[in-house]
Amino acid sequence: MWAALEILSQANFWAATIRIATPLIFGVLGALLCERAGVLNLGIEGIFVAGAMSGWLAVYLGLPLWGGVLVAALVGALFGLIHGVLTVPLGLSQHVTGIGVTLLATSIAYFGYRVAFPNVGTPPRIDAFPPLDLPLLRDVPFLGPILGQQTAFTLLAFACVIVLALVLARTPLGLALRAVGDNPEAVEAQGLSVVGLRIGAVMAGSALMALGGAFLTLSAFNAFYFGMINGRGWVCIALTVFASWRPGKALLGALLFGALDAYQLRLQTITGGAVPSQIFLMLPYLFSIAALVLLARRADYPRALMKPYFKGQR
Amino acid sequence: MIALTAPDQPDRPPHETRPLVLSLSGITKRFGSLVANDAIDLDVRAGEIVALLGENGAGKTTLMSILFGHYVADEGTVHIADAAGQLAPLPGGSAEAALRAGIGMVHQHFALAENLTGFENIVLGTVPLWRLGFGKATARAKVARLMKETGLEADLGVPVGRLSVGEQQRIEILKALYRDVRVLILDEPTAVLTPQEADGLAETVKALSKKGLAVIFISHKLHEVLALCERVVVLRGGAKVADRPTAGADRATLAELMVGREIPPRERAPATLGAPVLRLAGVDVGAPGERDRLEGADLELRGGEIIGIAGVSGNGQGALAALVAGLKAPRNGSCEIVGHAATRADPSARIGAGVGRIPEDRHRDGTIGALSVAENYVLETLAASENQRHGLLRRSAIRARAAQAIRDYDIRCPGPEAPIRALSGGNMQKVVLARVLERAPRLILAHQPTRGLDIGATTDVHRRLLAARGRGAGILLISEDLDELFALSDRIAVIHAGHLSPAMDAAGLDTRTVGLMMAGHSAEEAA
Ligand SMILES: Nc1ncnc2c1ncn2[C@@H]1O[C@H](COP(=O)(O)OP(=O)(O)OP(=O)(O)O)[C@@H](O)[C@H]1O
Ligand SMILES: [Mg+2]
Repeated sequence: MWAALEILSQANFWAATIRIATPLIFGVLGALLCERAGVLNLGIEGIFVAGAMSGWLAVYLGLPLWGGVLVAALVGALFGLIHGVLTVPLGLSQHVTGIGVTLLATSIAYFGYRVAFPNVGTPPRIDAFPPLDLPLLRDVPFLGPILGQQTAFTLLAFACVIVLALVLARTPLGLALRAVGDNPEAVEAQGLSVVGLRIGAVMAGSALMALGGAFLTLSAFNAFYFGMINGRGWVCIALTVFASWRPGKALLGALLFGALDAYQLRLQTITGGAVPSQIFLMLPYLFSIAALVLLARRADYPRALMKPYFKGQR
Repeated sequence: MIALTAPDQPDRPPHETRPLVLSLSGITKRFGSLVANDAIDLDVRAGEIVALLGENGAGKTTLMSILFGHYVADEGTVHIADAAGQLAPLPGGSAEAALRAGIGMVHQHFALAENLTGFENIVLGTVPLWRLGFGKATARAKVARLMKETGLEADLGVPVGRLSVGEQQRIEILKALYRDVRVLILDEPTAVLTPQEADGLAETVKALSKKGLAVIFISHKLHEVLALCERVVVLRGGAKVADRPTAGADRATLAELMVGREIPPRERAPATLGAPVLRLAGVDVGAPGERDRLEGADLELRGGEIIGIAGVSGNGQGALAALVAGLKAPRNGSCEIVGHAATRADPSARIGAGVGRIPEDRHRDGTIGALSVAENYVLETLAASENQRHGLLRRSAIRARAAQAIRDYDIRCPGPEAPIRALSGGNMQKVVLARVLERAPRLILAHQPTRGLDIGATTDVHRRLLAARGRGAGILLISEDLDELFALSDRIAVIHAGHLSPAMDAAGLDTRTVGLMMAGHSAEEAA
């Protein structure tokens, strides 16, 4: 019992929490940006894969690390463009299109990997983002070791939270984005382009999702392999509801999920096989389901979410 | 009511010498087989206030939507004067182009984002999107000045979705005025405003028109039209049937031009009172801090009478209506509805008990846009045996009954299978009314029942409500339209800041007293 609590005092545990949470932060931010504009983006799972693969490949082929990040973002935006064009001006079902984008992006990423590396057994590794070396913070007890295990990519995630929160709350663009997810007629009547705003939001959101994938290959595992995304995208969709579409709460949700995941890993070692490990693996997902059950009923969905808008129709 | 000043303002140059700012020619718009606008020509000059009249579904909103770029005309052109006064063609189908050309529109169905505050809705799109800030201070000052000049007060700091329709209307108007426009379209701006606010708006519009603003004013309230406008253009069935100066016209002539026939007067027999259908004693609804709440309300409504509830919207009418409709439970006090104690929020129990509900906002709470007219017609009685058998809807029976209602109530629509959102506001309201009255309810909650209805439809609603009263139904009429309240009510109570006054005999009241009580004075002060 005491050992189970003691985990919470380990700097290692908190460092792992942040590491696990980082890709989710990107993912939830991306998903909430799309949904705030009124578009559900179930392409997220595939865009994670594509981001992970393309970012890693770019670095493997010689681009600097930040170049890989940029490539991943661009690839994400491209899939966002596909999803946006199909769902916004053409008004196709957002569910079906999103699943389609996930299948497409996943397949292309796997195919590209196989074409590039027809005969390798172990996935080739790259030199990933190094841990932060912060001259002053390094010596702060507890906090120092936690931050010392993170990379600059993680800082980017936190920066994105702040930037997105500010943009949504404070800028004319954020206002327009929030409005277009609530009542596109209002946006149209104020002379703004519903299609432009929505496609833009989906592209930017998808770029963020791809960064989540790229974090895994460029900062966490240093390699790309099949199945590595493992449902993280779907978790982000659930966390978006948990976050009630707010960047600050998105950060909170991602950290909570990360903490649960890090915790269950450590619990497994404590209990030493007395309890089947699958039970522990379930924990974070049970949390997601519980959060959805408790919160989704009260959730304030963007009113126009999943409702295609056609000009001149009522 | 709008102050009755002479419509021809002598301090202005005569009509013909003022420059043209807007010219529509041959505008035709079809929706499937329906011709909503039929080769309409319309010229508007600077400083002119033109009324656009017509029955529900005559095509007024459609014409204005073409002008504002929401719809694209099938035929015809729009020309608008540029800054130098030269007429230039306006590209169709772009609200952005219309705004840039100086056209502002107050939408009949508000174009507001409900998750944004009033202020945010007003400034939305007025600042380039790449900017980091708004210049909030200047924007706020401008909005504050506008509110003062126009007398249109609204809480700008809370999400618009939480405001009453009256407040939303005010914000919708402020939004259009905030952009310095040269042509202002007002599509039924006064439908939910209080008389004082409508006056204030009229004054503002007049002042602006003196400065050269051209105004197109759509309203079903003919006294406003007569007081405010110099010229009336009348549409009927999509075609322009009249274009004449207001001088020399009266309500009856205008009504006849619109409807194409005479309108029968309403008849009102003396009340024969039955058993109480609604009894409130010390009822509280809603938390004390809430805007729209009810505190210690006492009221007894009996079968066969109409009690009018007067008040500025947002003073507790919503809470009262929600209580009666079963959407909210009373927090304190006792509430008895058609013989049943109402302690819980249970809308279907209310319907079962014989409460008929005409909601304030027919789009939000009255109908489901994507469903057909027939489906909406039976929405509240799906479980009844005439609508379903063994859990399956009896489609053909439902369609036949809806078709009958369409005939009885003169609902203009393509048919029972048409989605209800394609209907004009007045016709949508008729569906709601037909649905309520079909069940011969004991208690009818009529919340702004004629909002946005044309004069023919309004008279029709009034006649039907009076007929229901004659059959013994008790009617709770919540309205901001004093004419309507006095025309229908046996007794009138005034609601202000959550407090409901005792119901007073309507015969002994005048509009001034009620107006003062609506502003918060007590009955003694007001008398
Ligand atoms: N987008 C649309 N699709 C199909 N039919 C439409 C559409 N817009 C309008 N109509 C139809 O066109 C006709 C004219 O409607 P419009 O809204 O212009 O009437 P209106 O004169 O503004 O009436 P009201 O006084 O009730 O507002 C109606 O029969 C309406 O059902
Ligand atoms: Mg209209």
